[in-house]
Amino acid sequence: MIFDQARWTDDDGERYEPLLSEKRSREVERDDDDPLPDDLTRDSLELPDASEPELARHYTRLSEMNYGVESGPFPLGSCTMKYNPKFTEDIAADPAGHIHPDRPDESVQGVLELQYRLQDYLGRIGGMDAVTLQPPAGAAGEFAGILVAKAYHESRDDERSEVVIPDSAHGTNFASAAMAGYDVVNLPSGDDGRVDLDALEAALSEETAALMLTNPNTLGLFERDIERVAELVHDVGGLLYYDGANLNALLGRVRPGDMGFDVMHYNVHKTFATPHGGGGPGAGPVGVVEELREFLPDPHVRAVADEDAEGGTRYETYTPEQSVGKVHGYQGNWLVLEKAYAYIARLGDTGLADASAKAVLNANYLASTIEYEVPFDPFHHEFVASAGEQDAADAAKRMLDHGVHPPTTKWPEIVGEALMTEPTEVESQRTLDQLADAFNAVHAEDDETLEAAPERTAARRIDQVTAAREPRLSWQALDE
Amino acid sequence: MSSDDRGSPFAPHTAEETAAMLEAVGVADEEALFDVPEPVRFDGEFGIEPRSERAVREEVSAMLARNDDLTEFLGRGHYAHYVPSLVGHLSDRSEFLTSYTQYQPEVAQGFLQALFEYQSMLVELTCLPVANCSMYDAATALGEAATLASRVRQTTGTRVLVPEHLLHGRREVLENYVAGSDLTVESYPMADGNADLDALADIVDDEVVLLYAENPTVRGCIEESLADLGTLADEHEALFTLGSDPVALSVLEEPASVGADVVVGDCSLGLPSAYGMGLGLFACREEFLRQVPGRLVGASEDDAGRRAYTLTLQTREQHIRRERATSNICTNQAWVALRAAMHVASLGPDGLRDLANDCVRYARDLAADLDAVDGLHAPVHDRHYLREFPVRTDQPATAVATDLRDEGFAVHTLDDHLLQVCVTDANADAMDDLVAAFQEVAR
Repeated sequence: MIFDQARWTDDDGERYEPLLSEKRSREVERDDDDPLPDDLTRDSLELPDASEPELARHYTRLSEMNYGVESGPFPLGSCTMKYNPKFTEDIAADPAGHIHPDRPDESVQGVLELQYRLQDYLGRIGGMDAVTLQPPAGAAGEFAGILVAKAYHESRDDERSEVVIPDSAHGTNFASAAMAGYDVVNLPSGDDGRVDLDALEAALSEETAALMLTNPNTLGLFERDIERVAELVHDVGGLLYYDGANLNALLGRVRPGDMGFDVMHYNVHKTFATPHGGGGPGAGPVGVVEELREFLPDPHVRAVADEDAEGGTRYETYTPEQSVGKVHGYQGNWLVLEKAYAYIARLGDTGLADASAKAVLNANYLASTIEYEVPFDPFHHEFVASAGEQDAADAAKRMLDHGVHPPTTKWPEIVGEALMTEPTEVESQRTLDQLADAFNAVHAEDDETLEAAPERTAARRIDQVTAAREPRLSWQALDE
Repeated sequence: MSSDDRGSPFAPHTAEETAAMLEAVGVADEEALFDVPEPVRFDGEFGIEPRSERAVREEVSAMLARNDDLTEFLGRGHYAHYVPSLVGHLSDRSEFLTSYTQYQPEVAQGFLQALFEYQSMLVELTCLPVANCSMYDAATALGEAATLASRVRQTTGTRVLVPEHLLHGRREVLENYVAGSDLTVESYPMADGNADLDALADIVDDEVVLLYAENPTVRGCIEESLADLGTLADEHEALFTLGSDPVALSVLEEPASVGADVVVGDCSLGLPSAYGMGLGLFACREEFLRQVPGRLVGASEDDAGRRAYTLTLQTREQHIRRERATSNICTNQAWVALRAAMHVASLGPDGLRDLANDCVRYARDLAADLDAVDGLHAPVHDRHYLREFPVRTDQPATAVATDLRDEGFAVHTLDDHLLQVCVTDANADAMDDLVAAFQEVAR
């Protein structure tokens, strides 16, 4: 399968689909009949002023110049680009769920029941005792989780200053720990790509508030020494934080709670198939062990036995006793959480376990059919190949010409010219073979060809240097 | 369908394909691929029964039916406006909805251009030259503004000043966002629904790094001393940060003209009421460009010599700068920004201004009607209102709100004898019914 992406260009060939402002724009002046006095109001407003048919065509053309999971394979490592089931969209579109967040509990029993059930499902899946749905993204989950760890230590009059993070971790881990006020201690990986126990022992101290770990790690490797890691962290009084970005590897095989993790976040836009939406919205619920329950963000949802309530159960929000407060103005990305609930309910135990089985099988099958070297194994749902002598970014651009979205490139840095590849369970053997053909075709090509790529995409290679050196971030800036 | 007929319905493997793939990999079964030590293996069950698509839809539908069917006159940071059908249909196109962050811009021109257009609309509405392509919501955007204030060299000090009565959620999030800095958050008084300028002048000093005000204020009033607030902040080299939203900004004074350094807020366009799910706005002055949190789309050129778009200035971001990044944000609200841009484009400049001005008129008329009801006084403060206003009750406010709920309406309870009522295009046709219900319960 090869694709030539749609490419709309204007008549003079200097730009693609024109900007809305270039199609039809209008400046409207303040009117004397306006209801507010003129000393409190602006004089004019200029915005695009296109008709509905023009807008429909504009956005349809833009969509045609955009590649999504439904366009073709999307093996972006660490991102878990699954197919997003259509029925979950219909569920989120139900007006009965379109509710203002300030309504009293007794009038939103349906919203609270779904939240309570989702908290419960996620707790079971992660082996956690309590779950908050409030964080609106994975990084927000990390921040909330680290705030919980901080509050826990402070409640014991045990101020700590450091969070330990492996060098192969997601960049958000470092940034989230710093936002919570911690110094970051960088943990170098061992030669086998996993946590080096000696290095870990050296990094841990009574200043350690937490170790943040992804398991399997960003190389797809399971941290086999996880029990010993947990023991070492707990011995110095630290907490073990699980970054759930790679949870799709483990569903039904092992649970973070059983490995000794105390806090974790789930990326529902990865593991539970809610759409990535071109960068968001996602949701990053946080699970904790019993000892940390009272530190969860405010509010949390619980079920209360009540004879008068439908089904004998009433749902209510409450403020956990030692809550860290809030990480979102309200209760997070509700429409995304509805979709995640629907996905989990659809798959159930067996479906979730099968999703991980097929995700891991797909990664292993794909790796076995490509020419690029994969230096670290055994990997699970993703693997990191090396582009070797090729520039991984160039190789990726060339893969676009062979009809597939490329993997994540140049990260993690532990593999030179990394091609971090995660096909997920949604690809068939046939599609994986197509992916392998693309990888192998690019593997055999010379640098000149790679540097000239891509050719079949809407735009050709884009100049990043000028974009950053002379930032033009709005249509107003284009005229300057 | 998977080989196991209870497998994931979204894994396409037939039994034959699975067998062939296992053979190619060289293992007997899928379990052999899991390199997990025996002691930590999970051999239990989640206890989650798989259901058919239809069963799940019916189940969720039945759950949501437990929500009371109330007509909401609610706002306070989360506003309902009618969303044109075009927005849903076009944003749901799978090329948009199922795409990822635009790390390969050559195949993501469509989304990048839509985000560039979104940024441009915010530039027009705020008259500030830089807008990012989304934060989570108003509260987190305000938190990001505070951390920005702690980083930029234009400001020195530790004090962040916010209005009293600031929405609980915004205050709490702000407190958490400054947890990693040496900033402290303090309240300044409000008077009659606006910032109390005199009281504020007494407490501002050179230690203030950020002065936050809202327009409209939390009581729904238009803030009347914006330029003075801007000047005050400027005199003490503090960032003047203004909270607002696109509907308000379409008619109210441009933030840049009153000296705003940063504008934050929740978009309130593009989505229905979504239990608080929103879209955080963030715009600022040019000199803070390299300290901006979140993603930025810029224009550049491709090898064909055509204008093209790409994520830019990424060295600010967590995947490159790690613990020294301007923010930890990665996944954002891009698709909501796409929807908001579609919504603004659908309205056009007249439609957006008409929407804002209609809200002003609805609020004015509803306040007058409620003021005429025995036992009610509205709109409390002698101000102009955009779309919500406080109502003083002779009876205890909680009792009035509870009785109103029995009549099918939801309003905010602020205090012992204070309610707040919000009216927009989404509920204006129920204004008379609300007034009638108040007549039953307010006396």
